[in-house]
Amino acid sequence: MNPSTIIFYILAAVIIGGGLFAVTSTKIFRSAVYLLFSLIGIAGLYFLLDYEFIAAVQIIVYVGGIVVLIIFSIFLTHGSGQDMKRPALGRAVFSGLAALLGLVLCVYIIHQQVFVKTTELAIDPSPANIGTQMLSTTEHGYVLPFELVSMLLLASMIGCIVIAIKIKSPDKIIVTNLANLKSNPTMEMESELNPSMQNSHE
Amino acid sequence: MNEIGLNHYLVVSCSLFFIGIYGFLTRRNLITMLMSVELILNSININFVAFNKFLFPHKLDGVFFVLFIITIAAAEAAVAIAIIINLYRNYHTIDVEEVTTMKY
Repeated sequence: MNPSTIIFYILAAVIIGGGLFAVTSTKIFRSAVYLLFSLIGIAGLYFLLDYEFIAAVQIIVYVGGIVVLIIFSIFLTHGSGQDMKRPALGRAVFSGLAALLGLVLCVYIIHQQVFVKTTELAIDPSPANIGTQMLSTTEHGYVLPFELVSMLLLASMIGCIVIAIKIKSPDKIIVTNLANLKSNPTMEMESELNPSMQNSHE
Repeated sequence: MNEIGLNHYLVVSCSLFFIGIYGFLTRRNLITMLMSVELILNSININFVAFNKFLFPHKLDGVFFVLFIITIAAAEAAVAIAIIINLYRNYHTIDVEEVTTMKY
């Protein structure tokens, strides 16, 4: 058994174990942390395959971006230490059966299939090669999807802001300010000094 | 054990895909459902990279597909979390079975 085989099995165990705990844990925060381990294991798999650029992108975008976003939204929407409901037994059994049957079928097909490897010379997946081909306008260039994705990102960014923004009607602000003024006359002065306090009182 | 080949990677990605499917079917919390979708997308990425490495090392198309999938997954997660936060603000729950305003 050579070292890369051992590393592969360790990474596979981390990925699959992390994934399993992420979908079965009843504490949502633990579930997010297990997902984090699974994603780090996948980045390790890319390193093992010598695709360093994708591994770096995986760590930056998934581990540094999406999981942090998920943890933020957990903090915004859940009380700490709250347990989630366990799934109903019937649904858990049937989902497990469906997943297991699908897995068995796919693994069977994979073992039946004979894959034919190309005989052409390998190309180095370095960032320079990837960037050159991605931004080229020749036949195998990917500049059009690149531009499309940039438009998609802009659209989703604007969409996020539009969906999540909290619009305050002007009357409501006056009413709440008056209420604050009645209950606590010093509030007005404080909120003038510190505008952020006004939000925290509402 | 024999040398690690394409089949090993495909089995790992297949397992991860069906773990994600199981999570998506059993969970009723929007954030955990989103996490299951992330697992599914990641298993697909492993597939693309493994096929590119073992079968078509003279091309980089698998790499580009993985990069675009990661980008779109990030955009999708951001929009989904904006929707979740807005839902929580209006209903004080993110359980998909309790938000039934548009169901009937």
